[in-house]
Amino acid sequence: MVLLSPSGDVALQQRNLLIASTVLMLLIIVPVMALTVAFAWHYREGNKKAVYDPSFHHSIGLEVVIWSAPLLIIVALGALTWLGTHLLDPYRSVSRISASKPIVSSVGDPMVSGKPLVVQVVALDWKWLFLYPEQGIASLNEVAAPVDRPIEFRITSSSVMNSLFIPALAGQIYAMPGMQTRLNAVINKAGNYEGFSANYSGAGFSHMRFTFKGVDEGDFSAWVDKVKKEGGSLNRADYLKLERPSEKEPVRYYNAVDADLYDAILNMCVDRAKMCMHDMVAIDARGGGGREGINTVMRLTYDKAVRRGTGATQQATFVTALCTPADAYGFGSTSAANAKAAAATPRLN
Amino acid sequence: MNSEHNPIEAYPHWWRLLFGRFTLESLPLHEPIVVVTFAVVALGGLAILGALTRYKLWGPLWRDWLTSVDHKKIGIMYMVLGLVMLLRGFADALLMRSQQAIAHGGAEGFLPPHHYDQIFTAHGVIMIFFVAMPLVTGLMNFVVPLQIGARDVAFPFLNNFSFWMTAGGVVLTMMSLFIGEFAATGWLAYPPLSNIAYSPSTGVDYYIWALQIAGIGTTLSGVNLIATIVKMRAPGMSMMKMPVFTWTSLCTNILIVASFPVLGAVLALLTLDRYVGTNFFTNDLGGNPMMYVNLIWIWGHPEVYILVLPAFGIFSEVTSTFSGKRLFGYASMVYATVVITILSYLVWLHHFFTMGSGASVNSFFGITTMIISIPTGAKIFNWLFTMYRGRIRFDLPMMWTVAFMLTFVIGGMTGVLLAVPPADFVLHNSLFLVAHFHNVIIGGVLFGLFAGIYYWWPKAFGFRLDPFWGKVSFWCWVSGFWVAFMPLYILGLMGVTRRMSSFADTSLQPFFVIAALGALLIACGIAAMIVQFAVSILRRDQLADLTGDPWGGRTLEWATSSPPPAYNFAFTPMVHDGDAWWDMKHRGYERPLQGFKAIHMPKNTGAGVIIAGIATVFGVAMVWYVWWLAAISFAGAVAATIIHTFNYDRDYYIPADEVVRTEDERTRLLARAVANAPAPAQA
Repeated sequence: MVLLSPSGDVALQQRNLLIASTVLMLLIIVPVMALTVAFAWHYREGNKKAVYDPSFHHSIGLEVVIWSAPLLIIVALGALTWLGTHLLDPYRSVSRISASKPIVSSVGDPMVSGKPLVVQVVALDWKWLFLYPEQGIASLNEVAAPVDRPIEFRITSSSVMNSLFIPALAGQIYAMPGMQTRLNAVINKAGNYEGFSANYSGAGFSHMRFTFKGVDEGDFSAWVDKVKKEGGSLNRADYLKLERPSEKEPVRYYNAVDADLYDAILNMCVDRAKMCMHDMVAIDARGGGGREGINTVMRLTYDKAVRRGTGATQQATFVTALCTPADAYGFGSTSAANAKAAAATPRLN
Repeated sequence: MNSEHNPIEAYPHWWRLLFGRFTLESLPLHEPIVVVTFAVVALGGLAILGALTRYKLWGPLWRDWLTSVDHKKIGIMYMVLGLVMLLRGFADALLMRSQQAIAHGGAEGFLPPHHYDQIFTAHGVIMIFFVAMPLVTGLMNFVVPLQIGARDVAFPFLNNFSFWMTAGGVVLTMMSLFIGEFAATGWLAYPPLSNIAYSPSTGVDYYIWALQIAGIGTTLSGVNLIATIVKMRAPGMSMMKMPVFTWTSLCTNILIVASFPVLGAVLALLTLDRYVGTNFFTNDLGGNPMMYVNLIWIWGHPEVYILVLPAFGIFSEVTSTFSGKRLFGYASMVYATVVITILSYLVWLHHFFTMGSGASVNSFFGITTMIISIPTGAKIFNWLFTMYRGRIRFDLPMMWTVAFMLTFVIGGMTGVLLAVPPADFVLHNSLFLVAHFHNVIIGGVLFGLFAGIYYWWPKAFGFRLDPFWGKVSFWCWVSGFWVAFMPLYILGLMGVTRRMSSFADTSLQPFFVIAALGALLIACGIAAMIVQFAVSILRRDQLADLTGDPWGGRTLEWATSSPPPAYNFAFTPMVHDGDAWWDMKHRGYERPLQGFKAIHMPKNTGAGVIIAGIATVFGVAMVWYVWWLAAISFAGAVAATIIHTFNYDRDYYIPADEVVRTEDERTRLLARAVANAPAPAQA
């Protein structure tokens, strides 16, 4: 049972918390179950020797016990929860490599284990893309990380919600389009571990699996070299092809990755015709584009449906110009070319 | 999914105008499983229709049942609906368990993902909305007015209408099996997946309209029961003298009224996204799918307490009755119920700890969740000490109660475990979670409903259920539950996630095979239950309950005959004690034999069936984009509602001599009961 014998320190601490909580609760569950069986047996109708006291229906003493026993357990469990949740917050950098190995400061130290390896993760339909910004490489359905070096995952998704889960390494966190989540973890034992999406995301979900390779520092360099040697390029156009739905994709490597690709994915503007979310947010923060801003609506729409292949949905209609009594067709402020585009029904595909 | 082309493109314009996006390709003729199911359902349906015609039952069916405003009959109709849908939901479960038992190591099983994904969605939706909810509402409908000494609910017509709206939701869900398809999104239909861009077909629309129509019914029935409990209690029954089941019903209906509008609103927003291109939950243009997740769980978490509180009420009644003792700690039971009601609104975020909330937010919701286990624990102890120094009769309702106590505590424990955020990070969406909520919903809600069905069946029909087949069913169900779900706990700890249609790892297969065997045991339990109903109906004379009080009951529903007359009580009882009927029996209550008067009662009306029927047509029209029909049916539903307000012929009097006849018959039955047997149970 991988959750009970994990290979990463975060998952190990989560396991410990799981066991501690279970034991704490069994303190009350076991007596309750035993009493249920005992009372049910002893006070059965056939047992005439048992005391029958129909007037016994209230007891201050018992009531105090009934409410305070669970309360005490929950106070203990609550304290454990508060501490555990903060210490194991996936957004927080790991505070140790393992129980016996503290984080080694990178300052003036030849060991750089304190500096996390950043891996950007994109959940695609239905495969996983991992980008290594420091190394300038990327891989599909396979991710490698050196043993005993903190890893920081930055996670997003291209279309729908998924959840990045490598049970041997650490708990899961959702991958959501247009949003970035984080997960900090560290692997302590070399090996190949299973990773997958833990949130249902459509027809290809069952095969949305990848391998997490925990490797020694040297082997990691070798893996990076291999990716650099064998890999192809991953620019925006390649990505737009890659993100189309597909299942059971083999492992693939990329050695030339656009530096701003992850940022474009996160801001939903890999297609250069689309406005990036951070720009949109910046415009809105300054009060929005005003009435003229409405002309940009089409540029704001990140139309994934067509690329996902679900295709024939209703045609979305967009406001591309406003009309006024003086300008009944809304041509006024726009150029002739825009007016022509506005008159035709906008089609996205 | 119609990925390459949309078949509607090939149809002429007039077809689209007339039938919207319905095409002949919408009929799943290429799916043999569905075609065979359709054939069986159609033959069964024809047989029933034929029998109704042959035995000239259409008139009585319409007059005595479909248009009835009698809370007892509506309650029974809810129960029938819930039990029938249990068969459908369980058939889905069997399909899933066999698929997961087969599809390992490259084998894809017999269900392609497209079909499998609809099945697990339908299973969840049906079991919650169309099995658990109708069964809970049905029991509350039947029992609450009797327990508080009332003659009907506060708004009898509304009650009938609520039932038919629920039935309308069922019709839409069942229709999706044979025409078009159901949602393949999971039972809560999270966007962006449920948005038009990723689920363009009819599935999510069936989901939306089925829940929206049924939700209206549920909300109105909540309003109705709150009004009934608050305003229509027999004289002397103060709040703290109400039976515990009535208390839990009150809290459940408060939860319904407070939470179902949230469901309605969030579904309406999703509808706007899907139909008119708004961007509440889209990825772009400022939409935020997480807003949907928050809103749906603000409804969704109270929903589980809506289901389980009445079950707690049933266990309280059963434990007290069969232990021959007053309930231990009545006041703390009531406070525990109220505390759970309030806290159930403060925990919704525990369903998505893994969506990136901060540690303090996660801790807050984790700890509030744990706090709910305190009043729940207090309840378990209260049942325990009700049994203490009791004289426990192990009839079927009590057997289910003990099974519940032993099963539910495990489910409660795993629930609290899931409330610890770091533990949830590894267990979220796993089969451990699946095992947990089946543990509390089957072990808590369903066992409670079964206890309730066995407990109140004699009251509803005047005869007990056959104990032999009941015990066969009990043991199959309980052992089946453990065999089916313990492997899922283990699989969850092995890191297996839910909603998978196939598995690469063959070492998991034995656990899935065991789980499938458990499901078969449960199937035996269901079969035994059906046999039990049949056998009991055939042997109803031997199993007859002449006294109206077969279990030595303590609350008012046992004060009247089984089945109760249309008016429930010839004279409204006076209440002096929490266990009102037990108190009456002990004070040597004499049943009045004369002085009966005519009784004012509400009159049956077809308006509920008609309006809900039109609403269902509206739902179908919206699903298929048949705009003309949608417009007409919407206007029709509004018009029918307005027309119904002009119906002043709403009430009638049961004449005094008919009351006398009914009561004399009861006097005769009581005399026969005394002659037949020594006192049936200690009072």
